[in-house]
Amino acid sequence: MKPKGVSKILVQVLAVLLAIAYLIPVYMTVVTSLKAPEEINLMTAWELPSKPNWESYSTAFKQFAPYLKNSFILAISATLISAVMGSLNGYVLCKYPIPGTNIIMPLIVFGMFIPYQSILVPLFQFMQKTKLYGGLPGLILVHVVYGLPITTLLFRSFYEEIPDELLGAASIDGADFFGIFRYLIMPLSGPPFLVVCIWQFTQIWNEFLFAVTLARPDAQPITVALANLAGGQAVSWNLPMAGSILAALPTVLIYVLLGRYFVRGLLAGALKG
Amino acid sequence: MQSRRDQLTAALIILPSIVLLAVFVYGFIAQTVRVSMTDWGQEAAMSLDPEIHHVGLANYRELFGGFLNMRFRQDITNMFFFTLLFVSLSLLVGLLLATLIDQLIWGEAFFRTVFLYPMSLSLVVTGTIWRWLLQPRGGINVLPTLIGLPAGDFLWLSSREQILIFDWSHIFHYICIAAAVVLAVFAYGHWRRGERKELRAKSIICAVLIGISASGILTRVKLLDYPEAHGFNRALWGVIVAAVWQMSGYTMALYLAGLRTIPDELREAARVDGASKFQIYRHVDLPLLKPITVSAIVILGHIALKIFDLIFSMAGPDHVPTSVPAITMFLKTFRGNELAVGSAIGVILLILVSLLIIPYLVNSFKTGKE
Repeated sequence: MKPKGVSKILVQVLAVLLAIAYLIPVYMTVVTSLKAPEEINLMTAWELPSKPNWESYSTAFKQFAPYLKNSFILAISATLISAVMGSLNGYVLCKYPIPGTNIIMPLIVFGMFIPYQSILVPLFQFMQKTKLYGGLPGLILVHVVYGLPITTLLFRSFYEEIPDELLGAASIDGADFFGIFRYLIMPLSGPPFLVVCIWQFTQIWNEFLFAVTLARPDAQPITVALANLAGGQAVSWNLPMAGSILAALPTVLIYVLLGRYFVRGLLAGALKG
Repeated sequence: MQSRRDQLTAALIILPSIVLLAVFVYGFIAQTVRVSMTDWGQEAAMSLDPEIHHVGLANYRELFGGFLNMRFRQDITNMFFFTLLFVSLSLLVGLLLATLIDQLIWGEAFFRTVFLYPMSLSLVVTGTIWRWLLQPRGGINVLPTLIGLPAGDFLWLSSREQILIFDWSHIFHYICIAAAVVLAVFAYGHWRRGERKELRAKSIICAVLIGISASGILTRVKLLDYPEAHGFNRALWGVIVAAVWQMSGYTMALYLAGLRTIPDELREAARVDGASKFQIYRHVDLPLLKPITVSAIVILGHIALKIFDLIFSMAGPDHVPTSVPAITMFLKTFRGNELAVGSAIGVILLILVSLLIIPYLVNSFKTGKE
């Protein structure tokens, strides 16, 4: 149902205008980040810098490097652990229905929707008692546990597409639980693994509530560092803008390069039950 | 055909996850509920062996009707208006974008990428960028001057103006009216589709609610002994704009996926019957997108109810005009050491989110079985 003639052009023009509107924040961020502090002025905020000031980036990077490192350690390890566990869970819940699976699944999935404010106080106490409070291992544990519902759900719905007959045939051939997982399920898990990892990495990289309440300053991820920098009063705007770009770069790169898988995760989270 | 051994292995594999979630989700929720019914806070929170008393629902009563907790009641009001506007605008903009992209001649992939990229950003990044864009004397407000128009003067995040002001002590009265309006909208839908039975049921309940609110009985049930004005803080518009910018791409992706699953034969059949392009859109496409709208409302709604990062980074946690319960929960718990009150706010948020999520989960797991 493609439009014709004038309306065709109109649709195209409207799309271009909207795209410009969606990209305006990027323009403003880049332009501001490249200005020297004394050149930043509310009235001339939209104008290009007279001379690009790359120093914003080196300063921001120097300031953010330890937090970026924290974020990478946190996001990569929590993503991998929760993805592996989710894949095993999905396999079990899909192919070895234990009694009560019908009830267990919604109970697991509910865990990904709860507002974390409703578990934060006991979690905080738990972390203090177990001496996990404040450091990266504790934060990793938290992200793994609260990531389990979505990774389990995603893997389970992927594995539902693998016909049970295939598993039956494999088990007749003598493959046991791990054999089937290793030689049948895992080779088929490439794309789902990518979808789940992209989803988890993006979520954990971007997360803020746990990061701001459960990490000591030296273990804080980039989101907290950015909020602290931008929330400070006497800061000139080129730094927070350069910092925003540094903080956004990993997830935006993933999105641009692997958009298809990003969108699949996004849609699966909403439409699959 | 599955051996005993394999089934045992399977159970052992899933056990750790089940235990972890049972403790970290359900155990902790139970603990939060318990703490919310105590007076654990301030000095007691600091001491090693605190003396804690059970106080029943006192914390909740204080939050909804106590003299000192006016901020929380404005938080709830802010959350309500934010959720309403953010969800409906995201749906509207997302539908517009999806329809537009569906009609494009070229550049579909490009435009899809552009509209969706904000979804990959952290809300903290979005908040930081929009905080700069929404400076009262800069950013978006001076944008019109680039094409010779006068500068805007809206105070996006700092406005102290309030509209739609209501009296909190009559909150039940307003809830009743709101429920009647929602039911009336549903009833209108049933009437248009000619669903007699549903129409009758909804109309009766709606009439009863109107009767109750008209009688003024509910204005006598008071949470507060004195009038207390709350309303829609116009400062919230800044947060709403940023949130819609970030999430409308998500609804676009949902709607676009929906539009792509509509079989062309359906549209073809309508065209043969002489339907115009707009009529096809209105009467074939839109009704088929309804389930997607429901999913989107649930997903966006629960995000809106617990919104925290965006407001924290845009306006800061101490900026009262844009505060929401999640922000106050953070301040009470981690700055004020009022662990019991913080827990109570957490429980209130959980209840609100559950009202949205549980019916959705029950429904999707039921239909998923078939």
